[in-house]
Order: sequence, then structure tokens, then C-alpha cells
Amino acid sequence: MMPSSKTPKSWKIRAPAAAAPDATLAPPDVKVEIQSLNFFYGAVQALFDINLKLENRSITAFIGPSGCGKSTLLRVLNRMYALYPNQRAEGEVRMDGDNILSDQVDVAELRYRVGMVFQKPTPFPMSVFDNVAFGLRLAGAARGARLKERVEEALREAAIWDEVKDLLHVDGRSLSGGQQQRLCIARAIAVRPEVLLLDEPTAALDPISTLRVEETLQTLREKFCIVVVTHNLQQAARVSNVTGFMYLGELVEIGPSSTIFTSPANRKTDDYITGRFG
Amino acid sequence: MNRRQIRKARNGAFLALSVAATVVGLACLAAILWTLVSNGVAGMSSRVFTEMTPPPGASGGLLNAIFGSGVMTLLGICMGSPIGMLAGTYLAEYGRSSRLSTVIRFINDILLSAPSIIIGLFIYEILVIRMGHFSAIAGSVALAVIAIPVTLRTTEDMLNLVPVGMKDASAALGAYPWRTVLSVVYPAARSGIVTGLLLAIARISGETAPLLFTALNDQFWSTKLTAPMANLPVVIFQFALSPYPDWQQLAWAGALIITVTILILSIAARIILSLMQSSGGSKP
Repeated sequence: MMPSSKTPKSWKIRAPAAAAPDATLAPPDVKVEIQSLNFFYGAVQALFDINLKLENRSITAFIGPSGCGKSTLLRVLNRMYALYPNQRAEGEVRMDGDNILSDQVDVAELRYRVGMVFQKPTPFPMSVFDNVAFGLRLAGAARGARLKERVEEALREAAIWDEVKDLLHVDGRSLSGGQQQRLCIARAIAVRPEVLLLDEPTAALDPISTLRVEETLQTLREKFCIVVVTHNLQQAARVSNVTGFMYLGELVEIGPSSTIFTSPANRKTDDYITGRFG
Repeated sequence: MNRRQIRKARNGAFLALSVAATVVGLACLAAILWTLVSNGVAGMSSRVFTEMTPPPGASGGLLNAIFGSGVMTLLGICMGSPIGMLAGTYLAEYGRSSRLSTVIRFINDILLSAPSIIIGLFIYEILVIRMGHFSAIAGSVALAVIAIPVTLRTTEDMLNLVPVGMKDASAALGAYPWRTVLSVVYPAARSGIVTGLLLAIARISGETAPLLFTALNDQFWSTKLTAPMANLPVVIFQFALSPYPDWQQLAWAGALIITVTILILSIAARIILSLMQSSGGSKP
């Protein structure tokens, strides 16, 4: 863990454009680098000049009051916003140095590399097995015995294998809410994405299911660059290495979770985590 | 009377009027069904399903008309429903908020409520006149035109019931929209779409006016699609207006067959829909 008194330079909020480090000079463990990102819903601006880096093999949490833009930020990272008319992003989001906001990027391929889990569980109307195999079949990544292996592997990683190993052929929608969400996590990680986005993954779950999902995230940390948006501050403190606080479309502060939750640099962050507003 | 009693009396009067209106409506329906069943059952016999429509004074059945109705309904639904379903898919999945969709929806609503005799005349004009004679194929096309707006509307409504989150989740895995529609949205809306199909079949199987102008009738057994073909609605129309008691009796029997068929289709549609609603949620 980082010393809580000092914030490393790369975390600095809203660094001036000139000081933004060149992508080629970025340290090797930086997976995603966001530079001067602005986002618009029609004429309404929802994100203002976001600059940050996301690292491999770490969990970054975004916290902040409703409407602060954390989910919007998440939807930029796999360009989900492109499904809806009148939504647009400006600036740069570099993944391994390539700007994913560029028109040349194939969004289907991008979304294959950047998995996403939604707030509400979204099992498809098919068997548990087919749910997890969906992305693999889509990409033609595995067939036959290999497909079975990959599905089992994903279900094990999502900590749901023991509960569903005899239910692989039942409809995914017949599982419990907590199981459905872990099924969706399994589905997202089955294709081995490089980045995993989770949009309030436990908001619709009971405390025990929440705990299981959090444990799942801990084991997945070793493999992916994970970004989680959450309303639950304890959850952010429990699971994440890095926490960003957003407010009114701006990234107020980002740093090691231990720092953010014990001695935040910004007054607003302090007010929020101590429950004075939000 | 004080205020409270006045309000109570008003409520009582309103309730009485509503009940009276309901009773009148249901009584009409019951009278229709009773007439139909009592007259139709008397005409029911195995001959109805095994013999052709007879000349006046002779005995016979409705076999050729039942067969013709089946063939033309089947052909009509096979031609009309794919167009309706694909158009409904476009409206629900691709052009949800586009200008074109608004126009299509508006025109579809007009088509949905258009008198079917106008559709019969339209097909008469573009098919029957050009072919030079009435034909089963013209009848099927007329029925297809009636089936299109019905399936379009039900398909769009049913696809709109599929949660957006499910579609987003598919896109988030890298699926292109067509893959999402085929693998996720259609299966999720399957029972609703089947229900829409059954209702469309029910709707077109009783249509008379469009067939009068297109398929007309044939007294004998015919399987030629390019020739006129017998069908229940037109036979009922012809026989019921005739002065011969035998024909009138067969018309009643035919009316009962159509009614029972539509009733079965509607009940099946309702059962499927209720099954979907009870299992479509997050839990069984």
C-alpha cells in the first residue's frame, strides 16, 4: 500500500494538459489512459475534462452522488453510449496506447476486449451454459470440449460453479438474483476481457450475495483491469486499490483507496465519505 | 339528505348504469352465441367434414370450403407474417425513434383499422383483373395484406417488452445488432410473437369481404392455387342468403366451425401469454 500522506504524481487530479504524460512513456502497467474527456447527452455536458489512468491487475472504484457521471464514464470505456443517438464523447481514451474513441475502432471488437456487468442481472433467455458460452461462440473462440472447459473455468472464477454445476441446462433466468449476477460476471469474464467494467454490480443484491460477488472480484483482481462503480462506500473501501471521487461530472480526486478514505486531499471528498452530503 | 348520502346515492346510480351497460353487452353476445350454437349443432354431422358443397336440394358438406379456408389462411399467414415481423423488428430495434418509424407506425395503424373490403378491392384491382380470373392465390395475398399490420404491431409491442438491459448486455459482449436480435431478443419475446401469430390467424380466418373479390368460390374440390377456391366465409355468405333450407343449415354449421376455431386460437394465445408473463420475470 502507498503511504497515505503522499499522493503519487500520476494520481494528481486534473493535471494541466501540458503535464499529461505521453502514452509511450507511460509505465507498463497502465492499461487505460483517459485524457481531457468530455461527454455530452445531446446539449447537456455530463463529464468535464476527465484525466486519469487505470492500471492492470487492480480494482479502481468510482464513487460519488447520483448523477455525478460515474456510470457515464464507465459507458465511455466500452463505447456503450454509441448505441444511443445524440450521445458523444470528446477527448482521448487510450487503451494500450490506441485511442478507442477513434472512428476506426470496431466497437464489437472493443466490447469483446472490455467486458461489462450491469446493475441489474441480465441473464439471456437460454441455459446457464449457453449464457456463459454466448461471447465465446460469438467470437468463435472455442468449440466442443474446449468450450466446455472455458465455461466451467469462467463459472469457477465467478464463484458460482458449485451452485450451478448440476443446473447447466436450466434457463439462466430461473436462478436467484445473486446467482444471476455471478452468472453475468462469468459470462463477461469467459471471453477473457482485458478490462472488466462493473456498474453497481451489487445494488440489486442482498448482503450475502453481495459478499460473494465481492469475493469474486478479489480473485479476479489478479487477472484483469477492473473498474467498478458503486454507491456503497464500504464496498469501495473493501474491494478497490484505487478510488476516484466524482462530483457533478468532474473527477474531484483519485488516489489509493487507503488515502481517499482516511485523508482525502479535497474537502468535497471528505464531506462525501463522512456522509455530510450525497 | 346530507352530503355524504348524496355522494353515496350518486355512486350507487353510476354503479347501476355501468352494470346495466355490461349486462346489455353480454346479453347480446350470449344471444349471438346461443343462436349460433343451437342452429349450428343441428347442422353438424360427419358429412359436413367429408362431402363437398352440394347443389341446391342435394345433400353435402363443407369439406372443400374448410380445405380452401385452411390453405388460404396458411398461405396468407406465411406471406404476411414474415413481412410484419421484420417490419416490427425494424421499428422496435433499429429505427426506434427515427422519422421513418413514426410514419410507418401511423400508416400501419390506418391499415390495421382499414375496412377489409377495401383490401379486397385493392387486390381485385392489382391481381384479379390482371390475371383475368379469381384465384386462391389472390385470396391468400388479400389475407396476407390483412395479416401484415396485425403481426407488425404485436411483434413491435412484444420486442419492446424485452428489457433494454438484456440487449445492452448482448452488445457489451461484442454482438452486432442482428446477432442480438436473433439470439437474445427473439427468444426472449418468443411466446409473445407466437401469440401475435395466432391472433393474426384468428383475424384472417374469418374474413369474408376480401375473399369475395379475390378467391370467390368453387363448388367442387380444387387444389389449384391459380383457380377460384371455396372457403368458409364466402360459402356462409352465399348459403345463408339462399332460399334453400339445406344450404342455410350448412351455413350455420360453417359459422359454428369458424367461431369455434377462432375461440380456440384466442384461448391458446391467452394461455401462452399468461405462461410467458409468469415465467418471463427474473424468477419462475
